[in-house]
Amino acid sequence: MAMREKSNARKLLMSRQIIRKNSEDWELIPNLLDYDAARDHFSWEHEMTLLDGLPAGGLNIAHEAVDRHAAGDRREHTALRWLDKSGEVTDFTYGDLSLLTNRFANVLRELGVQKGDRVFALCERIPSLYITALGTLKNGSVFCPLFSAFGPEPLRARLSIGEATVLVTSEALYRRKVAALRENLPQLRHVLLIREQAEGNLPADTQDFQQLLNHASEEFSIENTDPEDPALLHFTSGTTGKPKGALHVHEAVLAHHASARLALDLHPQDVFWCTADPGWVTGTSYGIIAPLVIGATMIVDQQEFDPERWYSILRDHKVSVWYTAPTAVRMMMKVGSELAKQYELPSLRFMASVGEPLNPEAVMWGEEAFGLPFHDNWWQTETGGIMIANFLSQPIRPGSMGRPLPGIEAAVVRLDKDGTLQVIDDPDQEGELALKRGWPSMFRTYLYEEERYQKCFHGEWYLTGDLARRDEDGYFWFVGRADDVIKSSGHLIGPFEVESTLMEHPAVAEAAVIGVPDPMAGEIVKGFVSLKPGFEAGEALQQEIMALARKRLGPAVAPRQIQIEPTLPRTRSGKIMRRLLKARELGLPEGDTSTLEGNE
Amino acid sequence: MTPNMSADEIKALVLEKLLQVAPDIEPAQLDTATPIRDQYDFDSMDFLHFAIALGQQCQLEIPEHDYRELQSVDGAVDYLVKHSNGNAAAK
Repeated sequence: MAMREKSNARKLLMSRQIIRKNSEDWELIPNLLDYDAARDHFSWEHEMTLLDGLPAGGLNIAHEAVDRHAAGDRREHTALRWLDKSGEVTDFTYGDLSLLTNRFANVLRELGVQKGDRVFALCERIPSLYITALGTLKNGSVFCPLFSAFGPEPLRARLSIGEATVLVTSEALYRRKVAALRENLPQLRHVLLIREQAEGNLPADTQDFQQLLNHASEEFSIENTDPEDPALLHFTSGTTGKPKGALHVHEAVLAHHASARLALDLHPQDVFWCTADPGWVTGTSYGIIAPLVIGATMIVDQQEFDPERWYSILRDHKVSVWYTAPTAVRMMMKVGSELAKQYELPSLRFMASVGEPLNPEAVMWGEEAFGLPFHDNWWQTETGGIMIANFLSQPIRPGSMGRPLPGIEAAVVRLDKDGTLQVIDDPDQEGELALKRGWPSMFRTYLYEEERYQKCFHGEWYLTGDLARRDEDGYFWFVGRADDVIKSSGHLIGPFEVESTLMEHPAVAEAAVIGVPDPMAGEIVKGFVSLKPGFEAGEALQQEIMALARKRLGPAVAPRQIQIEPTLPRTRSGKIMRRLLKARELGLPEGDTSTLEGNE
Repeated sequence: MTPNMSADEIKALVLEKLLQVAPDIEPAQLDTATPIRDQYDFDSMDFLHFAIALGQQCQLEIPEHDYRELQSVDGAVDYLVKHSNGNAAAK
């Protein structure tokens, strides 16, 4: 245990390091100026008064994000500035976006897609993705984004669990990943393809997205959705079993709006860039919805990470608020601050990061490279929006996720042996991070898995699965995961989903998957396999297994390392011990192995 | 890698490193003039691992701002040909 103590001592030392703020540095008056006062005076009822609501009394995210601005003085304001791969700019005003999303809502209505039906998108970051998301919400249907680098297997699982009625995707992605799955997806009635060239035959049983859009009317009156009507479906992963579909409702927009104002300090005059892909929850909550609800301009870049391109975007498009991820920050650090310093960024006034804890060095590096620190914050798919944050006006504790947002109650809790929950009030005690239920963007269920959903709650507390401690000033510090879920480049990866795919290789007898530390990604996925009799371990077989995993799962989920072992350690009851593999990998004490079988 | 390696030999070496990172790539199908990530699911972490492996193999310090030159196989070959003067083979 000496290691843990040492690590705690280091963390405590770091917790004394504080970046203080000076109000003279602020170009705008921060939306949250006094933390305690903001918490005292906050109410969700008041937050609702900052939004519009629908004329007939309902609430719809797309109305708050688009139509209310299009109907007012922000009609001509740029809502979305899209940069294609070559860097060419296309601007969409709130007025443009309103008409285009009306068209897509009409497309859905004409196809007979109903309120509550699920519309999936599998696209690169292109304008059609944003039109699809917001048009779907206008129709009262549920939007579910898929990450475009997923392989066919995660796509099949999500489309099938989510009972997709409609899929919007590109012709290339469809041919590569989805066409072969069609016969196993009987619920999927409509596949709408975004095509690079309008010529040539469409694949069987698909329609041309653009043609449908062109023929649809620009007039649409938003479905009168209730705040509790489902709006967004985001898949996440647990240790065991299939991916879980966390369902969010239209009321979540209150939390998107409040957190964008308070945690990201977004103002309507801001140019905001969230670098996350909408295939993950951050890229939807803050890469589509929140900046539009504020009425700001959001930047969307089709291209993948490239430091020089990113710095040019920050400069050329006068980005003022930037929300990115630790892996990207660490990659920029690797390139060095000299490159960043070559770019004058007078517009940039706030930088935030999410995905996994941002190491203190990275927080500080922001100051060196951009003259601003990164503000780490914390949330997860289930919470729908930022819950805990370092704020613009408040001191930063580098390495800490910050303090709970106004309207959010967070605590460190422990479950006693008899199952009662104890809230730990003493500072610096480790336990599970819990949130008091009832915030608007809280997930309302795991689709068709109500039991799994209920297990996440204990009385009035939602248990996050993250271990944390709170210091005496109320800042929360991430300690680790309470389960075997892997966090790579900010994305949760369920070991079971990966193991199942490894088992599909004819040579593999058993498989176990863990996360191993990586200086860039936080963790990377590593797979351990043992072989069936008659198969010879070797580099060729290792590569073959990895190739299969990458083809089925895609690079974000597939193992980046495979190790072949004679046998994998199991408990007497036959369960593979991932934790023991991990302890060995990290050179940690293996603990009590008395219940082990094999490989001793 | 040696200074007198032919472009074909360097290309074979680039492909070998690429396949170590992404064994799902089928060299016969790969368009060597087009960025790898326009043809396969090849993410930033893959790219980083590929660049590091190339640098190690060629005993070449590849600065990060040169990474964009490695986006296609042909680009990587050209880059290595240009920068390999005097570097001995790693193995």
